[in-house]
Amino acid sequence: MPEGIKDKVAIIGMGCTKFGELWDKSAEDLMVDAFQEALEDAGIEKKDIQAAWQSNQFTEISTGHSALPLSTTLKLSFIPVTRVENLCASGTEALRAASYAVASGACDIALAVGVEKVKDLGLGGLPRANEDIVSLGTRGRVIFPSWLNPNPGMFAMMAVRYFDRYGLSIEEGKRTLAKISVKSHHNGTLNPKAHLRREITVEDVLKAPIIAWPLGLYDCCGVSDGAAAAIVARADIARNFRPDPVYIKALQIAADSGESLMYQGYDYTHVETTHHAAVKAYQEAGIKKPREDISMMEVHDCFSITELVIYEDLLISPRGKAKEDVDAGFFELSGKIPCQPDGGLKCFGHPTGASGLRMLYEMYKQLQGKAGPRQIKNPKLGLTHNLGGQPPLSVCSVCILGRKDWEK
Amino acid sequence: MVDIGITSYGTHIPRYRLSRKTISTAMGWLNQGTLPGEKAVANHDEDSLTMAVAAGMDCLERSEQMKIDSVYFASTTPPYQERESAAILAAALDIHTNIRTADFAGSLKAGTSAILSAYDCLKGEGARSILVCASDCRLGKPGSFQESLFGDGAVAFSFGTDGVIASLEGSYSVSYDFPDYRRSGGDKFVRTVEDRFIREEGYAKFVAEAISGLLRRYELEAKDFAKVAYPCLNVREHASIGKRLGFQPSQIQEPLLTAIGESGVASPMMLLAAMLEEAKPGDNILLTSYGNGADALFFKITDEIKKAKGKGSLKGCLASKKELTNYEQYLVFRGILPVETGFGGDVATTQLPLTWRERKEIIALCGSLCKRCGTPHYPPQRICVNPACGTVDEMEDYRFSDKRGTLFSYTADHITASIKPPLLYGMIDFQGGGRYVFELTDCEFDSLKIGMPIEMSLRRKYFDESRGIVGYFWKAIPIKE
Repeated sequence: MPEGIKDKVAIIGMGCTKFGELWDKSAEDLMVDAFQEALEDAGIEKKDIQAAWQSNQFTEISTGHSALPLSTTLKLSFIPVTRVENLCASGTEALRAASYAVASGACDIALAVGVEKVKDLGLGGLPRANEDIVSLGTRGRVIFPSWLNPNPGMFAMMAVRYFDRYGLSIEEGKRTLAKISVKSHHNGTLNPKAHLRREITVEDVLKAPIIAWPLGLYDCCGVSDGAAAAIVARADIARNFRPDPVYIKALQIAADSGESLMYQGYDYTHVETTHHAAVKAYQEAGIKKPREDISMMEVHDCFSITELVIYEDLLISPRGKAKEDVDAGFFELSGKIPCQPDGGLKCFGHPTGASGLRMLYEMYKQLQGKAGPRQIKNPKLGLTHNLGGQPPLSVCSVCILGRKDWEK
Repeated sequence: MVDIGITSYGTHIPRYRLSRKTISTAMGWLNQGTLPGEKAVANHDEDSLTMAVAAGMDCLERSEQMKIDSVYFASTTPPYQERESAAILAAALDIHTNIRTADFAGSLKAGTSAILSAYDCLKGEGARSILVCASDCRLGKPGSFQESLFGDGAVAFSFGTDGVIASLEGSYSVSYDFPDYRRSGGDKFVRTVEDRFIREEGYAKFVAEAISGLLRRYELEAKDFAKVAYPCLNVREHASIGKRLGFQPSQIQEPLLTAIGESGVASPMMLLAAMLEEAKPGDNILLTSYGNGADALFFKITDEIKKAKGKGSLKGCLASKKELTNYEQYLVFRGILPVETGFGGDVATTQLPLTWRERKEIIALCGSLCKRCGTPHYPPQRICVNPACGTVDEMEDYRFSDKRGTLFSYTADHITASIKPPLLYGMIDFQGGGRYVFELTDCEFDSLKIGMPIEMSLRRKYFDESRGIVGYFWKAIPIKE
């Protein structure tokens, strides 16, 4: 195991826009809003930033290719800027690039900005591979079944397998999933930056129209516009900028090699990349007992079933036992490990280039004790989980943030 | 002399049936239909080509590793005016490329023309085994007699000299430029003329002329035949043609009008398949097509028919059906009624160099098999996906289209645009290994279960109207238990 970047990089400033159907904001507006908040939060000047990364998935319908939209919008003069993309996990990629640059000594202070302007499409859902953009290429388009937006169906199939494997009837399974969405909706009501801010009930979830059987409307996250930004600095200089920087304890990514999709070994009741990224992240951070050590999480709840299996893949709940934790309120704001304290993708929607950084924003604020009515009592370690693709073919990043004094 | 004739056959009748009562309920205010029974209707993702592939697979499955030399496709409704359907058919069936392909088109007797050409080619030793697929998907205008009359279907025959089940003993053809049916330009619907004129001046005369010509040429009589078959454009006229020629009603093959409809080029071929299913060794059977004249063909059934017995596919096709109770849905399936499917914009351009390069992957559903560990892959890979193997470049082609599989998981996607929402798809585990996600078709959501057996079927995935490109790909169909 390489030594990793634990405690070598600190976040010294973050910004996050309100997420939603922002008809009156462009991608550029969102980048400026998130960046200015981060800059102000860090208390530095723009000229202190030595390199920048922009994460953005559907550039074809918003800013266009390259990171020039970032440098021209923010007027980042003649520093290296790069665009990164890794499906829905793009946001964490920008932080990873900036963190590696700082950890390597290539620069002292770097910027990561994630943005997505999806609602300009004029259609519901994420951009479609067959008409809005040719993101899958003809090959993917010709041979994949749902050449528009396969995500709900591909995650729904995981619910079908999960229920079958653990002997849950569709009704029982749906009821368990409903509790996850109800929990996140509650947290969203406490967050002025969330897109959806309304309490829902289990009955609401169960009665909602089906999107991809067995998943209904409230089992799916929304689609929204938004941006988030992080400024990272070398850990040894972080306290020059603020008294409470937040340290990166681990940042790991795992990508599928095709075996889950093409080889019959995969059970479709978990996401293999999540498991691998989590194990490596716990090693990097030096976490032995995640269920005891992790204080809180922001995970990739694109669908309720995703969140359920994430609990198990992150080694928080034993295999097949996540239902018991859900039923016990383990992941609620008042529970042992609050999950989605900001409302999650469920309430924020999913501007894919920004979501990973949005998750980090909540963990960062919580660790600084600045989460307002959602504040979790004395958190030490916060975990973010950002997933791109679909259960049988995905890329997953797990990032663990913490205070300097954790372990001491 | 060596027997030349049919060595195997296969049929495909689309799953849906539209009762002619349903048509009159919808369109009776315009035109009261008189025909009884139901007609077979191709699913929204089927066309003459996909139906021919299904019939061809059915036919080849029954033959023992046949080496096909030529592939003929006969239809008046090919998917392209210019781009050979027989070549697409051969590619979909994963037949090697050193073959002759040809389309037979333009007339309802195109199927028997193809058979006669196959015979001549085999006789002249230009080939050893020829696959002939006949398929049609003709449209009558809503409210018309033709709408009720026409049905969809496909038939395939392999012809050769080994294992002949019915040897072609002779034929008699007549050709007339008779103006019964036509389509020109971009005509979607078959244009026609007064039914009585077609029936009396064309149909009855040409069929009779071909049959009596054949009897005369080979010095045979009606009683020498176990069965005679010819298409049915009119129930009464159909019966009286046979009667006038001296055939007993029991000799006349039931024309499938009430079960399938008049299936165009496929129609006489379908009747040939029906006769084969009931035939005994030594029987003589007589088939006549109708269309711009007529071809009469005379077959003698051999002992080999016993081996084909019990494998008959037509009865199975006829039994496995689902009623389409909604006339408007039929209109949508056949592209007659444009509907809002909830998405905007055009289909993105098809990268034709890519689809050409990856043709085996796309049109033949070929993946790769690791020669080292035996793992099948779809799509094909150069590096083995088996985590315990990982061998590089030791792959051979591996065809999935004829492999059965099981449904590992599935969903009903209500937000993806579909002509028949919800879009059904599932993860398929193939017998012998290999897994991928495929759309499911010819089934209802309520019938799906984890672990149910499936087989593969070539379908239309999309149609790029602005560029005239049909995107074909394979879907999974639950196997009828």
